[in-house]
Amino acid sequence: MPQDAIFSKEIKPHKTRAVSDGLPCSSLRARKLGAEKMKILIKIGLLMGLGLLFIKAHAGDFATLSHSLAKSDYSQKNRIIDELAALDDDRTLVIFKALIEGNLYLRKSDQTVVVGRDSREGVELTDVLTGQPLEVVGIRALEKVRINNSVRGKLRTVIASLQLSAKNSDIRRQSARDLIKSPQPELRNLIATAYEKEESSSVKSEMAMALAMVDIESEDVKLRREAIDILASSYSSEALGILERFGEKDGAGNYKEAEGNIGKLAAEGAERVRHRMEVMRFIENLFFGISLGSVLLLAAIGLAITFGVMGVINMAHGEMIMLGAYTTFAVQQLFPNWIEASIIIAIPMAFLVSGCVGILIERTVIRHLYGRPLETLLATFGISLFLQQLVRTYNSNNVPVITPDWMSGFYQVNGALSLTYNRLYIILFSLMVLGLLAILLRKTLLGLQMRAATQNRAMANSMGIKSSWVDALTFGLGSGIAGMAGVALSQITNVGPNMGQGFIIDSFMVVVFGGVGNLLGTFFAAMGLGIVNKFLEPYAGAVLGKIFVLIFIILFIQWRPRGLFALKGRFVTD
Amino acid sequence: MSSNVKKLVKKTSLAIGATALATGVALAQAAETIKVGVLHSLSGTMAISETTLKDTVLMMIDEQNKAGGVLGKKLEAVVVDPASNWPLFAEKAKQLLSKDKVSVIFGCWTSVSRKSVLPVIEAENGLLFYPVQYEGEESSKNVFYTGAAPNQQAIPAVDYLMASEGVKRWVLEGTDYVYPRTTNKILEAYLISKGVKKEDISINYTPFGHSDWQTRVAEIKKFGSAGKKTAVVSTINGDANVPFYKELANAGITAEDIPVVAFSVGEEELSGFDTKPLVGHLAAWNYFMSAEAAENDAFIEQWHKFIKDKKRPTNDPMEATYIGFKMWVKAVEKAGTTNVDAVRTAMYGITVPNLTGGIAVMNTNHHLTKPVLIGEIQEDGQFEIVWQTPGGVIGDAWTDFLPESANLVADWTPPISCGNFNIKTGKCSGQNY
Amino acid sequence: MTHKPLIQQLLTNDTASRWLFVALLALGIGVPFLNLVVPPDSVFHVPTYMVTLLGKYLCFAILALALDLIWGYCGILSLGHGAFFALGGYAMGMYLMRQIGDRGVYGNPVLPDFMVFLNWQELPWYWLGFDNFGLALLMVFLAPGLLAFLFGWLAFRSRVTGVYLSIITQALTYALMLAFFRNDMGFGGNNGLTDFKDILGFNLQADSTRIVLFLATVIVLALAYVLCQYITRSKAGRVLISIRDAESRTRFIGYRVEHYKLFVFILSALIAGVAGALYVPQIGIINPSEFNPLNSIEIVIWVAIGGRGTLYGAVIGAVLVNYAKTTFTSGIFAEYWLFILGALFVITTIYLPRGVVGIMDGYLSRRKSRQDKSMAAASPQAGVATGGKQP
Repeated sequence: MPQDAIFSKEIKPHKTRAVSDGLPCSSLRARKLGAEKMKILIKIGLLMGLGLLFIKAHAGDFATLSHSLAKSDYSQKNRIIDELAALDDDRTLVIFKALIEGNLYLRKSDQTVVVGRDSREGVELTDVLTGQPLEVVGIRALEKVRINNSVRGKLRTVIASLQLSAKNSDIRRQSARDLIKSPQPELRNLIATAYEKEESSSVKSEMAMALAMVDIESEDVKLRREAIDILASSYSSEALGILERFGEKDGAGNYKEAEGNIGKLAAEGAERVRHRMEVMRFIENLFFGISLGSVLLLAAIGLAITFGVMGVINMAHGEMIMLGAYTTFAVQQLFPNWIEASIIIAIPMAFLVSGCVGILIERTVIRHLYGRPLETLLATFGISLFLQQLVRTYNSNNVPVITPDWMSGFYQVNGALSLTYNRLYIILFSLMVLGLLAILLRKTLLGLQMRAATQNRAMANSMGIKSSWVDALTFGLGSGIAGMAGVALSQITNVGPNMGQGFIIDSFMVVVFGGVGNLLGTFFAAMGLGIVNKFLEPYAGAVLGKIFVLIFIILFIQWRPRGLFALKGRFVTD
Repeated sequence: MSSNVKKLVKKTSLAIGATALATGVALAQAAETIKVGVLHSLSGTMAISETTLKDTVLMMIDEQNKAGGVLGKKLEAVVVDPASNWPLFAEKAKQLLSKDKVSVIFGCWTSVSRKSVLPVIEAENGLLFYPVQYEGEESSKNVFYTGAAPNQQAIPAVDYLMASEGVKRWVLEGTDYVYPRTTNKILEAYLISKGVKKEDISINYTPFGHSDWQTRVAEIKKFGSAGKKTAVVSTINGDANVPFYKELANAGITAEDIPVVAFSVGEEELSGFDTKPLVGHLAAWNYFMSAEAAENDAFIEQWHKFIKDKKRPTNDPMEATYIGFKMWVKAVEKAGTTNVDAVRTAMYGITVPNLTGGIAVMNTNHHLTKPVLIGEIQEDGQFEIVWQTPGGVIGDAWTDFLPESANLVADWTPPISCGNFNIKTGKCSGQNY
Repeated sequence: MTHKPLIQQLLTNDTASRWLFVALLALGIGVPFLNLVVPPDSVFHVPTYMVTLLGKYLCFAILALALDLIWGYCGILSLGHGAFFALGGYAMGMYLMRQIGDRGVYGNPVLPDFMVFLNWQELPWYWLGFDNFGLALLMVFLAPGLLAFLFGWLAFRSRVTGVYLSIITQALTYALMLAFFRNDMGFGGNNGLTDFKDILGFNLQADSTRIVLFLATVIVLALAYVLCQYITRSKAGRVLISIRDAESRTRFIGYRVEHYKLFVFILSALIAGVAGALYVPQIGIINPSEFNPLNSIEIVIWVAIGGRGTLYGAVIGAVLVNYAKTTFTSGIFAEYWLFILGALFVITTIYLPRGVVGIMDGYLSRRKSRQDKSMAAASPQAGVATGGKQP
């Protein structure tokens, strides 16, 4: 019996594996085995599989295996990974992690398998066999060991099983979660051992879940019932899927899994999970709504100044957002080693860039147009075309803005609810911007002068306010805030010449809906529209949802012709 | 004020004078050159994708002229900007054909732009090379389709996922327009014919430029956690892709959990992405920049030299433009004239080496035979080719998986000479000539 | 004001109108002659594509006229007038679509191609009857008219004014755009309606059909112009202007402001709808991007560049801007035309607050030494903007 056949894919039929049988691809040659031979193999395979990690493989030591891993094609890689995992060698984890992160290389000069780490001078190499640091070389001296999805999936499960007893509880938790995603019956003993040893209760519950997902398939009715109990107490949609599968009825209305009442229990369990998940879904929708609202708020808040306070129908507002986003890109290009801090650096930079462009526009164009708001629409529309084409001449394509690590990923509340970090930060950021702006307008001298100059220019002038400079600063402030919004928006959407176009109409809707010239109105309008939109979307679909929101705005304006929070006073009527 | 006006008037008249002069010069040159129309948007939403193709055509013309032109004449590009405005496409096509008298047009990207141009090209008996993957269901006498038909992209991709990743559950996620609608219809029929249950297929459409994917991604996540391996087939268009992938990554969905295979995401699009979280997601095309072939290396080098930017990627529609251009040149030389009907007849059976190795053939249904490649996104913004068809796949204008088009065939050579011949009724309908 | 018939007034007393009629007459006679009679190799031959192009400009001119009627004379700034234009266009497009009959690619005698491949089994109810030109023509008026009535009745009754009104008109056209983009709506989705074959049995690609359509456009433009002139010069027109300049005061005097506004808004929508109906057969495609709010903003720009509140200014602006677009989007300017267009908008607003017409008026008034400065100086108050000069 050749070693490789034991661990080949045929013995684990339930696993999702990437060997293509039917496809005539040279790199994915699958060995065909006779049906009888298969059966024997499966039996042996199951026996061997249970003790997978405790058997010392005889075919090939670590050195030869790691080398052939680097040289093989994808289907062979899967097999070699199993063999390597069976070696019970500490170095396997290193090589697997390097492989999944894309850091495993072959040195072209002598075909040594090495782990490379990017550094300023080039790639720092470490020998996988000895763990000794080698020289630093350029990327051209190396050949990357490539993997595909199936290898990657394989690696993740194997790494998870190897790390179930890691020291760091976060790693153990992640391992358990990975195992929940793809339950592996042959790893049951391993999980059970880790479960016994586990001290952290949260990790323990994750492991219990992983175990239950295996146990529900077992022969033992008692074990199965326990597994259903555990699954039914979870928030995970994977558990729900399994419970629903076991709780299915056949055509006659009887449970398919009649033995030991399993079917009924599973169906009841599924019901409980479903109810729990519906609550979570409501909270999730609320979060989505608030997050969309905060995006709308960020996009609209600058416009609330230039349009709401100053009365300039600023069609170039979207382009100010775009400039802010491009500033983020520029910062990342200028300081490639400071990606983590780039967003923080970009916020003031974007404020300055967009703000200065705003002041420039105000000084050269808008200042000629006060008292003629509709003309500002035309002029700023022209400016908007101009700026778009300017960016397009530089590079007509979208540019990649990198998401720093601290902004990617999500906070897992429970199995059914996870809040993505970038959305959380954007919500916080939008509230912060709104708060600071409110303070600036209400509590500072500049804010006072701004409000004075926009409410009654002549009077403000005669009180000694240099209204022309106040105008320029106000417009600059609005544009600068749009720029800061651009930094945040660069984290969730395209950064390209058309970027601003996507926000301009929505921004106007928000400002008008909230009531022109009222920051609080803008806030409530943005949040309201965001939440309504997100609650409509699952039922009506994205398009109809948006159409309903627009119709709602049109009808709402009939009811309150000056928006949500109308300014009171004589000056608003004609 | 009035002095300003005077200045403005002076400037305007100067500009008009300059225009007149430029047209005059152009007319003077017309005698010795063969004109090639370039109908790609240089502004508006589609400029992102189409500008590259304009540059590709210009590069090819440049190269051809250095090699002595065609039929002893130099080629001259006539570039117009339809500005991502569909009626303007028709107008510009008309202008190219009847005013500038171009011999051939390379252009269009979106389906609607092609549909808009179609009646004009047919009425004027022009010649259009359309270089983008599309929904099929069309074969015009005056258009050569060098992009992929659905059977050259969508179906092999699904086959690959089924066989090699064992995918049992499918989310067909698309932008609401004709290409995703048709492709998803074809895929749905195909999957059902392969034994996939109806409840294991989820089809959803979002509007153009959809930027808030939270709800959809949550739903995909839910759909994918039913215990069966799930994949997303994405026909999401252009700008909506970045927020979609960003949301996927942030929601912790990786390529091993739920792989996404896209038909509209290529190297050019990836250059605008932060690719790190996307590693492992797939795309199906007829060309990847990473393909190892001597022709490809030469093409990439030529491109970098022409565009003066070592980092600019090449992509599938560029290859389609390349093949189309080379074929046209060959056909003109074979026919000995740029007359549209002569060139059209000469086109059938013309072969040009693919950039990925192998040979592309122009069939009598105006579609190409070319290989299909599946690639996984790598961190460097390139695709690792994980699978490819052993030979070329013949582009099928009318898919067999839709009842209405199953009976239709396209063959522009006698005795059929028709783009939509119904083999049941023996009739040919809807032709404008 | 004399009591001569309006046409006579326009031709004798109003220089600009006279010139406009002369130009239209020249186009109406000259273009068909130069296109059909003069041989193609002659220098004076007008190719068919030029006829179509001119036809397009004139359709846009009608649309601009419609907008000027409500914006220039009643102060209603609609940022969604493209919606009415597109609705008229869709009504005509649906008729043309039904005219294709069984000549579609699938050979289905009833269903348009896009319905066939989306597996529609039968024609949706709102498509019924569109094979009849009379009914289609009725819908060209009815669809935009009804929408305008509904929207205007709500908005004017609630006294939504100024920028609020502008933004909700924008919301209207935006919502319609999203709706028409949906393939499930049964209007062809993003591809819209296209591949038309003939109109009333005449081949759309034929030169003669093109000329007839062009002539129809010229005539409709002339009629619409006279109609708008008639309304603005009537007593109702005076009320409209007073609404523009001081809405509350007009209301206090006792006029039912919302009725006047609604009337002129519907009329304007009808004119826009006809423009759309003429536009579609000439251009050969109608798709939801016509509803794009940016297109509607562009209409405002044509009127502003031409000169608001003059009617003929709107015509001139529409033709000028679109001519500039055609010129700059081809040849050496192709990559820079947005710079030119953008700069043009900025320069016009700063230096030509009354549009191109302002320059012409300057010359005219100097020549005639007419004293209309007093009228120009009496600029309307903020929020309504200048350019409220009456012809």
